[in-house]
Amino acid sequence: MEHLVYPSKGLSEQAFEKREVLFETWHVKAEYAWDTGVAIGKYLAELKEGRIVGRRCFKCKRVMVPPRMFCEHCFRPTDEWAYVQDIGTVKTFSLCYVRWDMVRLTEPEIPAVIDLDGASRGMGIMHKLGAVDSRAVKIGMRVQAVWKPPAERTGSITDIAYFKPL
Amino acid sequence: MSMRRVAVVGAGMTKFVRRSQETGRELSWEAVSKALESCEMSLDQMDCVVMGSAPDAFDGVHMKAEWLSDGAGAWGKPYMRGYVGGGTGVFAPAQGWYHIASGLFDTCLVVCEERMSPTQPHPQAAFNSIFDNFTERALGPNLLWIFALEMNAYMNRYGLKKEDIALVSVKNKRNAADHPASLLGDPNITVQDVLNSEVLAWPVQRLDVSPITDGAVALVLAAEPVARRVTPKPVWIEGVGWCLDTAYWTNRDLSYPTYVEEAARMAYKMAGIKEPRKEIHIAEPYDPFDYKELHHLEGLMLFGKGQAPEATARGVTQRTGDLPVCPSGGLLGVGNPIAAAGLMKIAELFWQLRGEAGKRQVPGDPRRGVAQAWGDLMQVGTVVVMGK
Repeated sequence: MEHLVYPSKGLSEQAFEKREVLFETWHVKAEYAWDTGVAIGKYLAELKEGRIVGRRCFKCKRVMVPPRMFCEHCFRPTDEWAYVQDIGTVKTFSLCYVRWDMVRLTEPEIPAVIDLDGASRGMGIMHKLGAVDSRAVKIGMRVQAVWKPPAERTGSITDIAYFKPL
Repeated sequence: MSMRRVAVVGAGMTKFVRRSQETGRELSWEAVSKALESCEMSLDQMDCVVMGSAPDAFDGVHMKAEWLSDGAGAWGKPYMRGYVGGGTGVFAPAQGWYHIASGLFDTCLVVCEERMSPTQPHPQAAFNSIFDNFTERALGPNLLWIFALEMNAYMNRYGLKKEDIALVSVKNKRNAADHPASLLGDPNITVQDVLNSEVLAWPVQRLDVSPITDGAVALVLAAEPVARRVTPKPVWIEGVGWCLDTAYWTNRDLSYPTYVEEAARMAYKMAGIKEPRKEIHIAEPYDPFDYKELHHLEGLMLFGKGQAPEATARGVTQRTGDLPVCPSGGLLGVGNPIAAAGLMKIAELFWQLRGEAGKRQVPGDPRRGVAQAWGDLMQVGTVVVMGK
């Protein structure tokens, strides 16, 4: 099948970076503002108060975090707000040494999926771990939210600065 | 349900390169011209065209399928674009299949194109907006996070070591050394090379990941009466399946791709497959990361949960093994121009089942293969079963 591969031309990085070939550039300027909706609006407002809230479905009995106004399993409205703990278990984590633009970091960021106590099993949220030696992080580790001081909270997921080992 | 039989009768592709001089339109034209040449058909004989291409953000062109259409041979024809993220390349032939199986058309040109190179400073930028705009983006995530989180969950669940998973990268990059279109084929790479490569987002290291790639692939699909006139060796599309999991990805079991299993069950049922491990002779699962090949082999029910690494270590998945996996060299070796990479897998099954894969030919007259891709917010499985 060799003859069915078109001999397309690959450019070297040098040809591109030294502008040995012509190219056009364009910079995206796109700005958005989203109202946060009913469920996430409440979630963020409660974060500002230092609490984490989910939603309960009476049919499947799940407590869902992040909260949602409809249950995607039962496909019916969820029934009530349910506060969950700011303590949980690390379900998985990474030690990330690069930013989105692939610039290297000297100290890794530690994103993790954390199952919160009081939410249904497997209902994790993504956040970051801090105040921990990266070599000591383990799946199954118990962690607790470190909240920003009330005056600095804005109603954002970052009102929790990070989770630290319990 | 009465559906017509549909065959793949032609395939062609571009070389997979880090940065192509050609534009996306030109790459599309190159792949299509080779696919038509392969079956000695002309564009006039193509009733319709399906284009698969992943995010518009890569090219920086809104509605890029329309922009690509002329290169894809779609001028003046019924045309559509399918897009399910990384799953696109195996979804597009499923769409081509139902265009013909339904009786609506007799022939269909399926084209998949991707250029990742235009995005600056790095294609990861195109993925920043994949994360939830309310609960995740403010944390400053990057795409590697979710793969690293999934890989770690998989390793932890089954007590796997990096060495167990690096074997996949070594196998595929070695296989790709025999692929004339490959970007990263390397006949001499070792597990130690993978383990020594730069750590990006532990447990993901540089050589665990497929490269940034530009490329295009095209197939010609035909209804049975046309296929029998065109070629003595049609390769039939025996089953197709696809399935989407929840977008609340942190609420999923990250150690097992249930959505791949559901997609595979749909495709196997259509193909009449009851024991996939015995009835499938070649697999081309999606391998943008080495652990994903293992994950997907389990989702495809070709190995039990947590058992794909051990089978890999025993050589079962080598090109000469009992179940060759990614004999093409996969995304890790041939390259990963997202949608085109998925369709490359279908083209590989086409060539393998016709005995035309050259140095990559799997021995033992394979009669049936499965290809699979994966994408969106790591939630979609797309599966195609092919046989001769």
